[in-house]
Amino acid sequence: MIAELGLAALWLAASLALLQMLAGWAGWRQASEPLAALLRPVAIAQGLLCLLSFGALIWLFYITDLSVLLVAANSHVDKPMIFKIAATWGNHEGSMLLWVTVLALSSAAIALFERRLDKPTLSAAMMAQAALSLGFFAFLLFASNPFARLDPAPQTGAGLNPLLQDIGLAFHPPTLYFGYVGLSVAFSFAVGALLTSNAGASFARAMRPWVLLAWIFLTVGITAGSYWAYYELGWGGWWFWDPVENASLMPWLAATALLHSVSVLASRDALRAWTIMLALVAFAMSMLGTFLVRSGILTSVHAFAVDPERGSFILALMLLYIGGALTLFALKIGQVREGKLFRLISRESAIVGNNILLSVILAIVLLGTLWPLAAEAMGDRISVGPPYFNKTTIPLVFLLFLLLAVGPLLKWRGDDARSLRKLAIPGAVVIAMAVGVWATNPGVSLWAILGLALAAGIALASLFPLLGRNLLRTPLTIWGMVIAHLGLAITVAGMSAESGWTSEKLAALAIGESAEVGGWTVQLTDVTPVVGENWIAIEGRMSATSKGQAFVLTPQMRQFFNPTQQTTEAALLTRWDGQLYAVLAPATSDKREKWQVRLWWKPLVTLIWFGGLVIAFGGFLAFLGRLRIRFRRKPEENVWKQA
Amino acid sequence: MKRNWLVWMPLLALAFVAGLAIFRLANPNTDYVSSEMVGKPLPEFTLPAATDGVEGLTTANFRDGKPRMLNIFASWCLPCQAEAPYLDQLKAAGVEFHAIAIRDKPEDVAKFLAQNGNPFVRIGADQDMLVQLQLGSSGVPETYIIDGKGRIAYQHIGDIREEHVGPLLKIYRSLK
Repeated sequence: MIAELGLAALWLAASLALLQMLAGWAGWRQASEPLAALLRPVAIAQGLLCLLSFGALIWLFYITDLSVLLVAANSHVDKPMIFKIAATWGNHEGSMLLWVTVLALSSAAIALFERRLDKPTLSAAMMAQAALSLGFFAFLLFASNPFARLDPAPQTGAGLNPLLQDIGLAFHPPTLYFGYVGLSVAFSFAVGALLTSNAGASFARAMRPWVLLAWIFLTVGITAGSYWAYYELGWGGWWFWDPVENASLMPWLAATALLHSVSVLASRDALRAWTIMLALVAFAMSMLGTFLVRSGILTSVHAFAVDPERGSFILALMLLYIGGALTLFALKIGQVREGKLFRLISRESAIVGNNILLSVILAIVLLGTLWPLAAEAMGDRISVGPPYFNKTTIPLVFLLFLLLAVGPLLKWRGDDARSLRKLAIPGAVVIAMAVGVWATNPGVSLWAILGLALAAGIALASLFPLLGRNLLRTPLTIWGMVIAHLGLAITVAGMSAESGWTSEKLAALAIGESAEVGGWTVQLTDVTPVVGENWIAIEGRMSATSKGQAFVLTPQMRQFFNPTQQTTEAALLTRWDGQLYAVLAPATSDKREKWQVRLWWKPLVTLIWFGGLVIAFGGFLAFLGRLRIRFRRKPEENVWKQA
Repeated sequence: MKRNWLVWMPLLALAFVAGLAIFRLANPNTDYVSSEMVGKPLPEFTLPAATDGVEGLTTANFRDGKPRMLNIFASWCLPCQAEAPYLDQLKAAGVEFHAIAIRDKPEDVAKFLAQNGNPFVRIGADQDMLVQLQLGSSGVPETYIIDGKGRIAYQHIGDIREEHVGPLLKIYRSLK
């Protein structure tokens, strides 16, 4: 009954999306007033219906209704409750329903909260948003029905991939989806602006909070995903340049560029065509990411829920929407009046530099991700990995950081190079630190040393926009920028320390023996079997001591049932100055005299993810600042109320 | 319109990505990487007989115009015993087999042949796995199909099971 209710809600929402498209068209062409008036209620109703449908699916997973195919295939009666619920989006159909739900909620959110955009552009944007929804409704209803029944119902269910049975993974996909799909709003706004040829500062001001919100979710999602890969896969690394990781990084790069260029457009009415292009590209990257993950055309650690036929469907949608939007761009951009110009030394120039560098990095990542495919089309088999990505992106990232230190200090429109004199202090810090660290740490890679020094420089420089301001009266948006840039410095410091100063030890230990790593003495005290809710494990007990302090580490090798799979559960000991990371591997012989143990000491590694959260928090502050500005406006300026 | 050709570039990039995607969807990923040795002539080797009563094996034995199968096995390998009935089936269908025994002792090979039957015409002994490496084989059992000029036409990795017999015969017969 619940499944049928969910399906009915989905069909109803799909028909409302069609109605929303028509109403949007009517509002844009100012064709039929009664039809256009439907736009707002229809969008809100569509969002609620999708929410109902998604709620129904969560309920089915909550009660483990095994007569529903999706539940039977992805859940199990013996699974912990939190993972029963997380299984709702831990599979293809459920995650596509989540995608559609977020898309519909975005429409509803525009209807509820957007009051700035002029009515024709807003209507056209709502039309575009509804067109996006319709395609994904069709995909869901015709090719991936999450509510399909299974007759007869099985007794227990197949279970969820144990790698995904992790609290980090329970929330990583929804967060990323809010980011991915949130960028659809920027896309629809851009399409609307192209249709009405109205892409000025007010358009940018309307679009900015939406981009900011999507960007915050993307930042948190990527940070969480990186931490999950770090501790769950047991490889000790935090970024693998895996195609699917790249698929989440590319929209983030585009969204970061967009976030900056939209500020230029909002404040200075410059970079019109470029901002629209970035809005289209950002969502194109989201769709490309979804396509790459779902179709399985690239080999990846994320190769679950892979199906070439569904891949074709998403590809068709992507070509339709992105191809359509880019064609529209090519045809209409000539009619968008050129924005204002600016001088070479100005905040605008710094942001243009930021945009160019981010776009080049995006192109490099895209090329590296797709290159194995291109090579294979030409009859060659290769894989592209960290050696390519690190060599090509890191120097550009360093340039980007230099601009980051300079940009916020320059005035809009045009400035004197003398206003950069303040940077002498951070500049001196960078040089002194680099030389000092280099002299005292022989054998550490130059990039790691430069990275650490530059992180200190950016941290200082990022605070400069606060100089001479009354901190209590400084707008939240400025605080947001300062804190996000500071967060980046923190992340860079973590990355540099981890890559330059990690120490690693591989040892075969008998019980009672110990190994040394990074100033720690780790003794294997015992190896015992332990039992969990749906797994059994062999657990190593280790006592780690350093400078008179002792801690216990318990890495495990877990054997899951339903489905059967082995995972390694690394043990992490977090201290303020780094993490001790321990992995237990099978015994070296059947007699179980010696156990393979892998130990890392990773100095300051937690700063990578802490910095990521600080960046997102900066974004959140800026978002609050924008909301305050927006809702202080008088109600009569609300476009929905205008005749 | 001063940027009139530039504005079409993003569409071109999209077409490029789409082309790649369509290529891959039409040619799905396989986990199987075929050996570089397929299509190349057998490496030159001369191996002594693996046990009493059989003859040794040399590359020239494959160049008389008749296609053959070359089985890589060892007496100590369980899957090699499991595939024995299917080698017999292939032999009954007209396939001529040579074999190479890997890291084996003459008395063990004799025992293996006594227990599992001997479908082979010649059996060479490869004590150091040198020929096996040159052939591009990484384990036992493996079975090569060699054409009449001594060229490698196909490599089957792992034991031959019931479902492999038909397809292997098809390749073998296409060489005649």
